[in-house]
Amino acid sequence: MDATTYGWLVLAFPLAGTVLIALGWKKLPGRSAGWIGIGAIFLSFLASLGALAQLLDRPVEDRQLTNSLYDYAAAGGLDIQMNVLVDPLSVFMCLIVSGVSTLIHLYSLSYMTGDKGFARFFSYLNFFVFSMLLLVLAGNIVLLTVGWAFVGFASYALISFWYRRETATEAGMKAFVINVVGDVGLLLAALFLFRELGTFDLLRIFETAPEAFTTNEPVVVTIGVFLLVGAFAKSAQIPFHTWLADAMEGPTPVSALIHAATMVTAGVYLIGRFHPIFEIALTAADIAAIVGLLTLLIAATIALVVTDLKRIIAYSTMSQIGYMIMGVGIGAYSAAFFHLMTHAFFKALLFMAAGSVIGAMANRQNIDLMGGFRRSMPFTCAMILIGAAALAAFPGTSGFFSKDEILAFAEHRGGFYWVFAIGGYLGALMTAFYAFRIGFRVAYGNPVPEARELEEGHLHHAEPANPATGEPEDTDVGFPGAEHHIAERSWPMVVAMGILGFLAIFAGLVQIPGIDAVVEHFLEGSFEDSTLYGDLPSTADEYRGLGIGGVISLLGIALAAQFYLRKPGTTKRLQERFAGVHGLLADKWYFDELIDAVIVKPTLALGRFANSTFERFVVQGLVSGATGAARGASAGVRGAQSGYLRGYALLLVVGFAGLGLYFLVAGS
Amino acid sequence: MDLTWYLVLSALIFATGVAGVLLRRSPLVILLCLELMLNAGNLALLAFSRSLGNEDGQVFALIVLVIAACEVVVGLGLIVAAYRRRIPLNVDEFRNLRG
Repeated sequence: MDATTYGWLVLAFPLAGTVLIALGWKKLPGRSAGWIGIGAIFLSFLASLGALAQLLDRPVEDRQLTNSLYDYAAAGGLDIQMNVLVDPLSVFMCLIVSGVSTLIHLYSLSYMTGDKGFARFFSYLNFFVFSMLLLVLAGNIVLLTVGWAFVGFASYALISFWYRRETATEAGMKAFVINVVGDVGLLLAALFLFRELGTFDLLRIFETAPEAFTTNEPVVVTIGVFLLVGAFAKSAQIPFHTWLADAMEGPTPVSALIHAATMVTAGVYLIGRFHPIFEIALTAADIAAIVGLLTLLIAATIALVVTDLKRIIAYSTMSQIGYMIMGVGIGAYSAAFFHLMTHAFFKALLFMAAGSVIGAMANRQNIDLMGGFRRSMPFTCAMILIGAAALAAFPGTSGFFSKDEILAFAEHRGGFYWVFAIGGYLGALMTAFYAFRIGFRVAYGNPVPEARELEEGHLHHAEPANPATGEPEDTDVGFPGAEHHIAERSWPMVVAMGILGFLAIFAGLVQIPGIDAVVEHFLEGSFEDSTLYGDLPSTADEYRGLGIGGVISLLGIALAAQFYLRKPGTTKRLQERFAGVHGLLADKWYFDELIDAVIVKPTLALGRFANSTFERFVVQGLVSGATGAARGASAGVRGAQSGYLRGYALLLVVGFAGLGLYFLVAGS
Repeated sequence: MDLTWYLVLSALIFATGVAGVLLRRSPLVILLCLELMLNAGNLALLAFSRSLGNEDGQVFALIVLVIAACEVVVGLGLIVAAYRRRIPLNVDEFRNLRG
C-alpha cells in the first residue's frame, strides 16, 4: 500500500471508533466501549507505522506525498481538495499522537471505570485523537482549519466532561473561547495567504512563497503574526495561556491527552509546518521565540508556588511548550520536535502518576495534603520520580538531550539569540526545582492518613467533593464516578505507565550529539527548503550545552532536596519573608485579572452601553421614528376612510365620472 | 331607431342603480342595484353592437352576464351568512374599515 493510503487509514480508525461508540453506547456491555476506543487508536498507530515504513523506502528528497480523495470545493479560482499530506513531519506527529494516545486510552480504561459517562468519554477521546490527526495530516489550510476547530471542540467537550460540575463547564467555555480567538487568527492567515498566493494547498504555498514575498515584507509578517495567534491560543502561550490551567477540571487522562499528545503541540506543529513562511517573516519568528521565552519563564515561576498537583504539571507543560515554541521560532526545528516527542512521553507519564495519586487521595489534588506515598504506592512514586527526572532534564534521561539541544542551537545562532539560551537555562533551573517539588512532596515526608490507610491495605474513600471549591458532589452522570483507581491495583494503568516510563528514560538515546540523530535525519524530508535546518551547532558545542544543562538540572534538584527533604519548613519561611512575590506568583501574575480588566470588562461595558443607550435611543428611535412619520403623513387622508360603504361607492362614482368627463373634454 | 334612445334608457337605468347603491342601506337592495348598473351597461353594449354591425359588443355582454352571475353568488352567499349569524343587515353598521 502507498504511504498516503496509510495516511487515510490513520484517520479512518479513530473516526470509526468515535461513531461506533457514540451510536452503540447503550448496547456496549461493561468496558467494551473502552476496548473499542483503544483498538481504534492502536490500529491508527499501526497505520502510522505503515506510513513510516513506506516513507523510509523512498529517497529523502521525495518524501512529501499528497493524495486527494475528491474535490472538496472547486469553483471560481478555488481548488480545495480533500487531501492528506504525508511527509516525515506529519508521520512523526501521527506516531506520537496515536502512540501516546493508545497508552492514555489504556490508562483511561481503568481510571474511568465506574463513571456513568464511560462510553461517552471514549467517544470524545477518539474524536479528539481523530481531530488532532486530521490537523497534522491535512494537505491544505482548509482541512487544517477543520481539524484545528475540531480539536477546540473536543477539548471543550472533554474539559467539561463532568458537566454538572460548574467549575468544569466554566473551564470548558474558557478554553473554547480562547481557542476560537486562535481560530480567527489562523483563518485570517489562511485568507491572507489565499489573497497573495491564490491557493490553499500547503505544498503549493511553500513552493510559491519564497518567490512571492521578500524578506520581512509587511504582508508576510502579518501572515506570520496571525499564524502565531492561532498557535499561541492552541499551545497556551502568553497571553492566551490562562485556559490551560483551568483545563485541569477535566478527568486526568484528558489532561494527559491535551498536554502530551494532542492539542497543545498543535501550535508547535503549525509553526514547524509553516517554516517557509517564518523564514521569510523573520520578525514573526522572533516574536514566536520571545513569547516562547516569556511563557517558559513565567509559567515556571507559577509552577513553583501553585499547590494543586495537576496545575503544577499544567504550568510545567506551558513552560515546556514555551521551549518548543522558542525552538521553532529560532529555527531549531529538529530539536523542538525532538523535545515535543520526549515531552509527550514524560508529561503523559507525570499526569498518569498524578492521576494515580489523586485516586489514592480520593480526588483531592492539593499537594500540601499529600506526602509519604513511597511505601504505599511504590510503582506510582517510581513513575513520578522518573517523570520528574525527565522533566528536570536529569543527565541521561530523554528530556536532558532534547531540551539542551534547543538551547545549544540558540547559543550557536549567535547575535541576540544568546538571550534565549540564558533564559532557557534559567527556566531549566526552575523546572528542575518544581519537578522534584512534586516528586519529593508526594513520595517522601511523613505519610499522610491516606497513605497510612493504603499501607494497611485499603484505599481511602471520602465524600465526593469538587477539588477546586470543596463543594459536595453526586456520583451520578455528569459528575466523577464513585470509584477511585490507583496504578498498584489495575494492570492497564501499570502497562501504560510502564511503557511511558521506559520511553521517558530512554527515548533521548535516539538523538545523542555526535553519535546518532534519528529524529533530525528523518525530519529532513520536510525541512529540505529550510536555510536553518542543516546549520547545527558542532558536537563540541552541544556537549558543552549538555554539560551546563546537566549541572543546572542537578543544582535545581539539589535545591529541591534541600527545601523539601532536609529542611521541610524552608518554603514556609520563604513564603512569609517574600509574601509579595509569593502572592504575585500564586495569583499567576494576575493574567486572569489583566484579561478581565482589558478585554472582558470593556466589552461588557460596551455591551451595556449599547443596550441601554444605543439600542434604546438610536435603534428604537429609528423604528418609532419611521412609524411616526408614516402616521403623521397619513393624518390628512384618514378622514376619507369613514368605513361607510356608501361613502366609498360615492367616491368611486364621482371619481369615474370625473375621469370620464376629463377624457370627454380632452378628446373633443 | 336612433341609437340615442337606447343610450338614454341605459343611462337612466344606470343612474337608478347608482342612486340605489348610494342611498339604500339593505345589502340585498344594493346588490340588486349593482345588477341594474351592470345590465344598463349591457344595454349600451348591445345597442352599440347593433348600430355598428359588430358582434364584439354582444360577446362582451355575455361576459358581463357571467361576471354578474358570479358576483351575485358571492354577494348573496355573504348576505345569507350574515343573516344566519343574526348580523343586522345594514351596511352602515359594517364600519370596521374606518381609518
